[in-house]
Amino acid sequence: MSTATTPIEHAAPPETGPRALLHRLRHGDEVAHVVTLTFAALILLITSLLVFELWIRSGPTRGKFGLSFFWSGVWDPIGGDFGAIPFIYGTLVTALLALMISVPLGVAAAIFLAELAPRKMSDTIAFLIDLLAAIPSVIYGLLGIFVVVPLMRTTIGPALKGAFGFLPIFKGPNYGVGFLTASIVLTIMVVPFIISVSREVLLTVPREQREAALGLGATRWEATWKVVVPWARTGIMGSVFLALARALGETMAVTMVIGNDPKIRESLFAPGYTIAAVIANEFNEATSDLHRSALIELGLVLFLITFILNGLARLLMVATERGGGHS
Amino acid sequence: MNRIRLTWRKSLNVVMLTLTGVAAFAVVSVLFLILGYFIWNGGTSLNLDFFLKLPRPEGEVGGGVANAIVGSLKLLLLAAVIGLPVGLLAGVYLAEFGGKTFSFVVRYTTDLLNGVPSIVIGMFAYSLAVVPVKHYSALAGGAALGVMVVPITVRATEEFLRAVPNSMREGAMALGASKWKTIATVIVPAASGGIITGMLLALARVAGETAPLIFTALGNQYWSPGWSQPISALPLVVYNYAISPYDDWHRQAWAAGLVLLSLVLLANIGCRFVINRKGVRSV
Amino acid sequence: MASAAHEKNEATAARLALQVRSMDTTAAGSQKEAPLRFQISDLNFYYGARQAVFGLNLKIPANRITALIGPSGCGKSTFLRNLNRMNETIRGTRYTGDILLDGQDILRMDVVKLRRRVGMVFQRPNPFPKSIYDNVAYGLRINGYSGRLDDLVEKSLKRAALWEEVKDSLHKSAFALSGGQQQRLCIARALAVDPEVLLLDEPCSALDPVTTAKIEELMFQLKDSCTMAIVTHNMQQAARASDFTAFMLDGKLIEHNETPKLFTTPQDPRTEAYITGRFG
Repeated sequence: MSTATTPIEHAAPPETGPRALLHRLRHGDEVAHVVTLTFAALILLITSLLVFELWIRSGPTRGKFGLSFFWSGVWDPIGGDFGAIPFIYGTLVTALLALMISVPLGVAAAIFLAELAPRKMSDTIAFLIDLLAAIPSVIYGLLGIFVVVPLMRTTIGPALKGAFGFLPIFKGPNYGVGFLTASIVLTIMVVPFIISVSREVLLTVPREQREAALGLGATRWEATWKVVVPWARTGIMGSVFLALARALGETMAVTMVIGNDPKIRESLFAPGYTIAAVIANEFNEATSDLHRSALIELGLVLFLITFILNGLARLLMVATERGGGHS
Repeated sequence: MNRIRLTWRKSLNVVMLTLTGVAAFAVVSVLFLILGYFIWNGGTSLNLDFFLKLPRPEGEVGGGVANAIVGSLKLLLLAAVIGLPVGLLAGVYLAEFGGKTFSFVVRYTTDLLNGVPSIVIGMFAYSLAVVPVKHYSALAGGAALGVMVVPITVRATEEFLRAVPNSMREGAMALGASKWKTIATVIVPAASGGIITGMLLALARVAGETAPLIFTALGNQYWSPGWSQPISALPLVVYNYAISPYDDWHRQAWAAGLVLLSLVLLANIGCRFVINRKGVRSV
Repeated sequence: MASAAHEKNEATAARLALQVRSMDTTAAGSQKEAPLRFQISDLNFYYGARQAVFGLNLKIPANRITALIGPSGCGKSTFLRNLNRMNETIRGTRYTGDILLDGQDILRMDVVKLRRRVGMVFQRPNPFPKSIYDNVAYGLRINGYSGRLDDLVEKSLKRAALWEEVKDSLHKSAFALSGGQQQRLCIARALAVDPEVLLLDEPCSALDPVTTAKIEELMFQLKDSCTMAIVTHNMQQAARASDFTAFMLDGKLIEHNETPKLFTTPQDPRTEAYITGRFG
C-alpha cells in the first residue's frame, strides 16, 4: 500500500462517508460529545429565555410609557402610573455610597493581607473574609433591622447630625431606616469581594517591583502605595466593578432596612427604595398586570446594568492577566 | 528640611500601615460579631420544639420551623436534581470537548448568568413555572434555585477537570480507552473531590437565597405535600418573621437565622478544608 | 573506530557493554531472520505547518527490542507515538506515508483495537488515582474482559517484576508506591491487555540506576512474548538492552542496524559523532 507519486495524506479519520462510521466506531465518543454539548447549549438557552421572558412580560409598560418610564418619578400603582427614577436613584445612591466606604476599607485590608501579614495569617484571615462573603443576604438583613437600625437611630445618626448636621444630606428626621443604613449594610456585604480579589491581584505583583522601590529608599508604605498598588490597579478596578454589580443587585438586606418609600430625597437619613427592594415587596401583591409589568421592566433594567458591569469587570480582569497591570 | 521630611515619611508609613491592619482586623471581627449576635439572640430558642413543630397562627407565641427545614431540604433536592447535572455535563464539555468559539460563548454566558441578581432569576422562574399553572409551587422555587446552581457547578467542574494532568488521559487512551471512557472512568473520578465540593458550595449558596423564593415557593404555614404547592423555607421564615410586628416571631427569626448561618458556614468551612487538603488527586 | 582522543566515557561504556553482549551465544545472524512487526514507509509527520519527521523508513522486527536514539528534539518520541496513533490526541497533527502493523495499515484499524495490541509506557509514571489492583485491571475492564481478573492482575505484576513487592497491598493507592515501582506498575498495566508490541518512551529517564537495571532486565525477559521499541537518550541503555538501534537526527532516520554493528561500525559520520559524544 505504499504511495508512489502523490502521497496520500493521513489526517484524522475521514469525516464523511461509510468509512466515517467505521472510524467513529466508538459511538460512545460521539454520543458523549453531543450530550455534553447539548447541556452546554442549555445554558445559552436558559439565559436567552430569561431575557426573552423579561422582555415579553414587561411589554405592557414598555408599550404604554416607552422611554418616559426612565425619567418619571411617579410610582402610583392605584392610578396606573409608573416611573423608574426613584428606584434607579435609590439603587445608585446606596451602591455608590457603599463603594465609597468599602473600597478604601477593602483595599486597605487587602494591602495588609498581601504586603504585611505573614503568609499564614494572611491565608487564615482571607479564609475568614471569604466566609463573610458566603453569608446569606437575609442574615445581613436581620442584623440590619435589629442591630444597625437601632444603632443608626441612637448613636450614628445623632453623631453625624451633631458634626455635619448643616449638610443637606444629613438633614431631616432620622428613623433608623433609610439610605445611609442600607449603604452601611451593603458596605459590609460588599467589602469581602473587594478584599478577596484585590488581595489576589496584589499577590501577583512581581517581587522585583517592590524591591526596586525599597532599594531606592522608599518606605514600606511608599513602595506599596506608589508602586505595588498602581501595578495592580486594573485588577483592583475589576474587583470594584464586581462589588458594584453585587451591590446593585442586592435584595433582601436592603429591602429590610431601606424604608420602602419611592421618593427621591436629599437626606441620607430619609427612607428610599431600590429596584430590587420594590420588586421584592410589591411583586406578589401587584394590583394589576401593568403594575407587574412595571416591576418586570425594572428587573430588566437591573439585569442590563449588572450585565454591563460584569462584562466590564471581566474585561478588566483579562486585561490584568495580559498586561501585568499596565494600562 | 530633609530631616523633617524624612520624619514625616516615616510617621506616615507607620500610620498607614497600622491603618491597613486595623481595616483587616475590623472586617474579620465583623464575622465574629455576626456569629456572636446570632448565638446570643437565637441560641436559647434552639429547642426540640423549634425543630419539630409547625408555626403557630399569627400573633401566637411558640411553635417551630419544622416545615421550613423540610421545605429547604426539598428545595435543595430540586435544585440539585435540576442544576447539578447541567452544570456537570456542561463543565465536562468545556474541559474535554469544547470548540474554541462556542466554548468562549458558553463560558461568557455562564459568568453572565452567575452575575444575574437572584431576584431577577426569581422573576424568570415565576414567568416560566408559576404563570402557566397559576399557582406558586415548590417546583418553581426549586427551578429558580436550580438555575442558580448551574454557573457555580460549571466553573468548579471545568476547573478541576482541567487540573487533571494530561499524562493520565494519555495513559488511559494508550490502553485503548475511548475518549468518553477515559473521561468517565479516569478523569472525572480524579477530579471528583473538587467537583463534589464545588457542588456542595453551590448548594450552600442557594440554600440561603430568599429573593428567588418570594414569588415562586412563596412560603407556607403548613406542610407542603408533593411538589406543586407553595412551600416554606428557612430563609423565607427569617425574612417574614423579621419584618413582622411580633416579638416572638423576631425571636424565632434569630433562631432560624442561626440555624441557616451555621449550616452555610459549616458547609463552606468543610468544603474548603477538603479542597485544600485533597487537591485534585482524590481516590 | 573513532580516534581514541574523541571518545567520551559513555561511548567507552557502550562498547564495553557490547563486548559483554557479544560473548552471549546469540548469533548475530538470527537477528536478520526475525519477522517484521511494524513496517514504516516514507513517513512524513506534521505538527500543523511544522514538519517533524522526514521520509522515515523503518522496519521493526518482531520479538526484538529496537532502540531509537538521537539528540533532544530529533523526533524520536513523535515517531514512536505515531505507532499507536497517540498523536491523534493532539490537534492539527497529520502524516503521509504508511505505517503497517503485521501488514495492515494502522489507520484502517479501529484505534481502540490498535492500542490494545500496541501498548505504551510513558516517560513519567502516570498511574491512575486508583488502587494498584484497579490500575492493572483497568485495561482489562474497559476492553470488556469478563474472566478472572485476579489471575491476570497477578500475572501482569509478575511480568513487570512488581508482584512480590505489592502482593499484600493490592488495594492500596498507586500513589503510595515509589517512582520506580509506579513505573513498573505502568508497565504491568500495559502488559495486562497482552499487547503484541510495547512502546516505551524514555521509561527510565525519571528513575534511578538500580530501578533502570531492573526494568532493562524485565524487558529482556519480555522479548519472547512482546516486541519492543524504546526511545532512549541513554546510549549505554541502547547498547545494553536492544537488538536493533535506529539513530535519528532532525526528524530523519540516519542509520538503522543491529545494535552491536551500529555502535562499533557506524556507517554515517553523524552517527559516529553522536555515539562518541561529540554532540547531543
